[in-house]
Amino acid sequence: MFDICELCEPETLAEAKAIFRANPELKVIAGGTDVLIRMQHGNLAGAGLLSLRNIPHLDEIQLLADGTISVGAMAPFTRIFEHELIRKHVPVLGEASVSMGGPQVRNVATIGGNLCNGAVSADSASTLFALDALLKLETAEGERIIPMRDFYAGPGKVNLLPGELLVAILIPREGYEGMGGHYIKFAPRKAMDIATLGVAVVCKIRENRFVELRIGLGVAAPVPVRCFEAEAYAKGREVTWECVQEIARLALKPAKARSSWRASKDYREHLIEVLAQRAVAEAVKRGGGCCAD
Amino acid sequence: MLTKNAAGVKARKRLCMTVNGRAVEIEIDIRESLLDVLRDRLQFTGVKQGCSVGECGACTVLLDGTPVNSCIYLAAWAHGKTVVTIEGLAQDGKLTPVQEAFVDEGAIQCGFCTPGVVLSTTAMVDSGKCFTHDEVRRELSGHLCRCTGYQKIVDAAERALREAEIAADEHPV
Repeated sequence: MFDICELCEPETLAEAKAIFRANPELKVIAGGTDVLIRMQHGNLAGAGLLSLRNIPHLDEIQLLADGTISVGAMAPFTRIFEHELIRKHVPVLGEASVSMGGPQVRNVATIGGNLCNGAVSADSASTLFALDALLKLETAEGERIIPMRDFYAGPGKVNLLPGELLVAILIPREGYEGMGGHYIKFAPRKAMDIATLGVAVVCKIRENRFVELRIGLGVAAPVPVRCFEAEAYAKGREVTWECVQEIARLALKPAKARSSWRASKDYREHLIEVLAQRAVAEAVKRGGGCCAD
Repeated sequence: MLTKNAAGVKARKRLCMTVNGRAVEIEIDIRESLLDVLRDRLQFTGVKQGCSVGECGACTVLLDGTPVNSCIYLAAWAHGKTVVTIEGLAQDGKLTPVQEAFVDEGAIQCGFCTPGVVLSTTAMVDSGKCFTHDEVRRELSGHLCRCTGYQKIVDAAERALREAEIAADEHPV
């Protein structure tokens, strides 16, 4: 049994926001694959839960009129991985989604829960950083839309106001259109493991030059980061192996790797450089470029 | 909608679901997992309690046809849903083709992971999709076999998928 003192199961988003405004101390639960495990480990004792599972339409994946792809916060990872829109337009997000947990977890775990949990190792987070995604947050009073990179406040901490719910993840057209992408999750096991490092790359290539490159790193710092220096260096440059190597070296700049029982600082930095190289090379290939030397 | 749990008073909820083809209506405690309800109240002990934290897959059941870890799924969430446990597969003592495939391949050692693995394989077969070898391994990756007998499990799943494909070719719907 879980140490739960109450369970609220609103049937509409408006109802959920009203309950959350009146009871900001409630713990929001989406798929439960993080919250219930934490409870099983004795954390969150006596919490009241606000379950979003009965709210319809919160798990929809849609292409909006302006080309934005909207992923409902309650969309489970299996749905994202299998969804036609994601396969066609944002396959890199599908790659990240299927690398998370195991099938039974992916069938229930939601992308919104994964982000709100604030874990730097969230496979979806580094990818959404690279995709320049936006988050739609709502309270009973209104909504705001913020960039992914303003969401993370620290390890396990996200910028959600009291009573605020993550409703959807928005991937603007400029974020994905014409981009080749690749996500590499590095972990000791291929399944049911947490990333030692996650590297997400998307790039747009024209006449074998970088029109645009974006790199998101997970577990390289206390929060997911973008590699702006590497991205600026790449812009306009011809794709060569030397260029890719330099990009990978510059990808280390925003990293604040630390030693933990999973990996040492030195090892993590080594991984960032090597995996950034591989991820960029593959993303270039998928974007129609060639960095063969 | 708001199920208050005042000091010492257990918050209870009426749960209606279909388990192995039968409608079940039962009063549950909101603190219970689906695993607790299936095993302790409904006596479906084929659902195994392993790690309790969604790592091992022993507690896997099919929820509306999809494999989930019942240990980290609130029982209250199963309201209105269809649950299949290992007890729901064989009919009148006759094993399903998936179960037969596990027997034929000798894919069972201690048997603790078997109910979950058979259910995940059943979900693959029922999906009607084709799976590559790597995809079969991926679909079974949420199960730990403490006897480490993975090879035969994968062999059995592939046999079940192959046989289902042949059967579909012979008797197209």
